Amino acid sequence: MWDYLKLVIFGLIAVLAAIATTYARDLAYLVHAILVVAIAGGMFIFTLRRMGHEPAPKTGYLDGPIRWGVALTAFWGVVGFLVGTYIAFMLAFPQMNFAWAEGMMNFGRLRPLHTSAVIFAFGGTALITSSFYVVQRTSGARLWNDGLAWFVFWGYQIVILLAATGYVLGQTQGKEYAEPEWYIDLWLTIVWVAYLLVFLGTLMKRKEPHIYVANWFYLSFIITIAMLHVVNNLSLPVSIFGSKSVQVFSGVQDAMTQWWYGHNAVGFFLTAGFLGMMYYFIPKQAERPVFSYKLSIIHFWALIFLYIWAGPHHLHYTALPDWASTLGMVFSIVLWMPSWGGMINGLMTLSGAWDKLRTDPIIRMMVISVGFYGMSTFEGPMMSIKAVNSLSHYTDWTIGHVHSGALGWNGMITFGMLYFLFPKLWNKQGLYSLKLVSWHFWLATIGIILYAAAMWVSGIMEGLMWREVDAQGFLVNSFADTVAAKFPMYVVRGLGGVMYLTGALIMAYNLWMTVRRAPLAEASAAQAVAAE
Amino acid sequence: MDTYSIFREIADSWVLLAMFLFFVLMVVWVFRPGSREIHKDAALAPFRNDQPAPRFEHGADN
Repeated sequence: MWDYLKLVIFGLIAVLAAIATTYARDLAYLVHAILVVAIAGGMFIFTLRRMGHEPAPKTGYLDGPIRWGVALTAFWGVVGFLVGTYIAFMLAFPQMNFAWAEGMMNFGRLRPLHTSAVIFAFGGTALITSSFYVVQRTSGARLWNDGLAWFVFWGYQIVILLAATGYVLGQTQGKEYAEPEWYIDLWLTIVWVAYLLVFLGTLMKRKEPHIYVANWFYLSFIITIAMLHVVNNLSLPVSIFGSKSVQVFSGVQDAMTQWWYGHNAVGFFLTAGFLGMMYYFIPKQAERPVFSYKLSIIHFWALIFLYIWAGPHHLHYTALPDWASTLGMVFSIVLWMPSWGGMINGLMTLSGAWDKLRTDPIIRMMVISVGFYGMSTFEGPMMSIKAVNSLSHYTDWTIGHVHSGALGWNGMITFGMLYFLFPKLWNKQGLYSLKLVSWHFWLATIGIILYAAAMWVSGIMEGLMWREVDAQGFLVNSFADTVAAKFPMYVVRGLGGVMYLTGALIMAYNLWMTVRRAPLAEASAAQAVAAE
Repeated sequence: MDTYSIFREIADSWVLLAMFLFFVLMVVWVFRPGSREIHKDAALAPFRNDQPAPRFEHGADN
């Protein structure tokens, strides 16, 4: 019965999208309508072919979406780093604005492609995947609903596909990290509510008496992102057959809403969600429980209570009222406490097992990730102080800060998660090569250092050049002077990106070979029995 | 008073107090007597439920 209903739904979506193609008012909308026809049509055939088959028995945990998820996380990571490295060199060498690619591959089109690919495709897929894995393993329960879990997984990938094609074709609502237009926003809302249901449903049927702390972090990430996404994307479409929509808020209210969203995307997507990973994968890889469970609970509530207020620090010295930006600054500084509490909790989980840092490159990756978490959560509050911000704002320092957090903290913990999960999910004894993990570790670490150091130098130099005045009070440097002075740093930054990308490619190869070549865990156990 | 000012006043006084109290009570609750055992047990949750790990179906090779 449900299968028939699914056929009707897919058929209707395909027909409606086909009608929409004929009325499409812009290219991005047209391409998206065609994509929707293709996806809904494909799902129609897929459902039809599987009808009447016995459904697979539901035993154990649901790992299908997780296997797809880890593979796609690695894939999106490589894509996102590649685009990032490309646009980094574009800034150093403007000749890379090729005439044939004009209008599609300009910096302005590729930049949101890069940010969304790394944050939402790489990071988002990593979060959904790892949360599905962790919630099952810490609850002792299979995901609440198989079909809904698959829907969440592929539904989110459709968001990525539509967003990425939309950017290249010029679709944007002009909000940083929230560029996708209204119909993609609506679809993401549906997917996200389903995600919340799957997660809550699994927690409700858990066998464990306690909800493990990692799940608290994942849950706060899911709920807060739902709230942020809906409020920041309140907009009215101009036509139901076109991409363009108009924001409901305007002026400084719109700016404040945007950075309330933007900073909490950092706070709850890139921090709370990834802390969920930290609280599961570091104890698992170190084979010892988290340093202090009490600290983890206080870490959680302190982070939740403070992060949501920090957004106004993005709008110092603007039309925003002074009290609001002071509030944002103060809360950012108070955030030092929970951030460092969490970092200490993660690092000290290794107390008594520090020797693993020498022998286990995976734990090394996770530990340096927590180290970068500590460094960038120190740097961030410092930059939110108004006096510092007057120098750092609009300069490359901000870019350096973001990347020490994103490449160091989010990237490294995700790599650690992937190295942990691949052998587990494909039932292997271990990774194909630990040596390659070490190569990845050093390439990525040196790459980040090159990146961050280049951006510090470039940003502070740029900030000082902008504010330099002569004895008469005239500005000494023109904007173009700063651009010329930044060239060497831009090349170094690009090289850092190349190293980071190379590391990710080595990881992708290593993970692929783990699936293809690494010996099975089961087989070895059987051999051991036979030898006896 | 306009709506904004009313909300501002409530937020600046009672809501602020309520959130602060919630936070303080949470910290007190974490250190309540008898919590040590519960937390020790909860911290070990990740090590208990690796099974029933579903066996990956080994078709031909992968």
